[in-house]
Amino acid sequence: MSTFVKNIIRFILFILVQVFVLDKIHLHQMITPYLYFLFILWLPFNMSRTWQLAIAFLYGFTLDSFRHNPGFHAAACVLIAYIRPFLVNLLIPQEGADGNYEEPSLKSMGGALPYFIYLAVLTIIHHGWLFVLEAWQFGNFWYFLVKTLLSAAVSLLLIIITELLFARKQKFRTNTV
Amino acid sequence: MRNIFLFIRRYFTLLFFLLLQGFCIYLIVHYNSYHNAVFSVTANQLTGKVNEQYNKVENYFNLKKTNDSLWQANEKLYNKLKEDFQLPDTASKAMIDTVKVDSLTQYRKYTYLHAEVIENSVNTQSNFIVLNRGSLGNIKKGMGIVDINNAVVGSVADVSNDYAVVMSLLHKDSKMDGMLLRGNGETGTAIWDGITPNILSITHIPKSAKVAKGDTIISSGNSTSIPRGKLLGFVTDVLLEKSSNNYLIKFRSAANFYNLQYVYAIDNSEQEAIKQLLEKAKQQNK
Repeated sequence: MSTFVKNIIRFILFILVQVFVLDKIHLHQMITPYLYFLFILWLPFNMSRTWQLAIAFLYGFTLDSFRHNPGFHAAACVLIAYIRPFLVNLLIPQEGADGNYEEPSLKSMGGALPYFIYLAVLTIIHHGWLFVLEAWQFGNFWYFLVKTLLSAAVSLLLIIITELLFARKQKFRTNTV
Repeated sequence: MRNIFLFIRRYFTLLFFLLLQGFCIYLIVHYNSYHNAVFSVTANQLTGKVNEQYNKVENYFNLKKTNDSLWQANEKLYNKLKEDFQLPDTASKAMIDTVKVDSLTQYRKYTYLHAEVIENSVNTQSNFIVLNRGSLGNIKKGMGIVDINNAVVGSVADVSNDYAVVMSLLHKDSKMDGMLLRGNGETGTAIWDGITPNILSITHIPKSAKVAKGDTIISSGNSTSIPRGKLLGFVTDVLLEKSSNNYLIKFRSAANFYNLQYVYAIDNSEQEAIKQLLEKAKQQNK
């Protein structure tokens, strides 16, 4: 399956899962688990940064349309899409590894630790920005702070479960033909 | 000039990022109260379609047929209620020089329109409900929405052709006129603090009012959207507002926002006339 088709399917699936499964779960009023932004974390390495931003915006905006609150998730998605390349450069072990693999995963990031850091940092940034926007718009600072921390923990747990359930096979591609 | 272009080319990603963030923040600030956005209508149509498909599956579990018949029957009954008809003073009766088919219809003030909830949320700060009936089904902006048991749910914020978006009581901008059923009928404003779904508060009730736990709060009919006497909720807690001479009363909403399936939109035939009159008064006092 080509990368393009694969990502379109992911786009639709993640949105549907977020809107019709995770948003319907009333675990506790403080916890809203988010999984949808994993789509952005899984975007291919070789995509241009402008495209990443544009796709992240479109993606966040789609989710916002379902929640009737335009802007919040689009802003958070655009932010993580912007930070992602810097983080990949920092964490990837050897020069050129991002050319050898298609997208971020356990294998391509060189082990569980860098990949987990990658996931955790972006999750916290995503939730944090969402928190800043909500707290600024709705007031009630402490409520949103606790909510963000709890939600981030549950989201990370969900992401790890997803990674374990849907192991992505990454082919090693060499540049030396 | 050339330097500007070089600068833009060099920092294009950053500028693009800032532009998108700026646009998002613009959206947050401007569309929070859900005014008619340029694309909100199209977005409603699209997300409405998807939600409708999902709801079809969900409905299966709710014994669709039984519910449907009950729902239709209820609509008929509600439309026969005495309070839907405004009986004017016989001395000042307006004469209409066409043949009356039904002697009652000219006095009808409220009409109930049935609608199905296809999307509903309780876990955000601004919760909206989407109905599968829009402007083609006579739903208008500002109409009040009640659930099957005549408990207030919210008011219509936005309509597209086939769908309507309702600002539920569980919305930080929602302000619903309410009053105490017992006592002298002190009126206040029902608001939601955004924390626990189903727990709302009513402000502006003076301390002279007699209120106890378990008292009923009903709609006051001071707005054009909801007629007087619709259930809002039951008092759970009475607190004193320190800075003013008012109570802050917490109440449990009568409508269960966790499982809304069918609702009625209330069409007030006088809404337009009242709105025009108010506009006129505002302009005269300028």
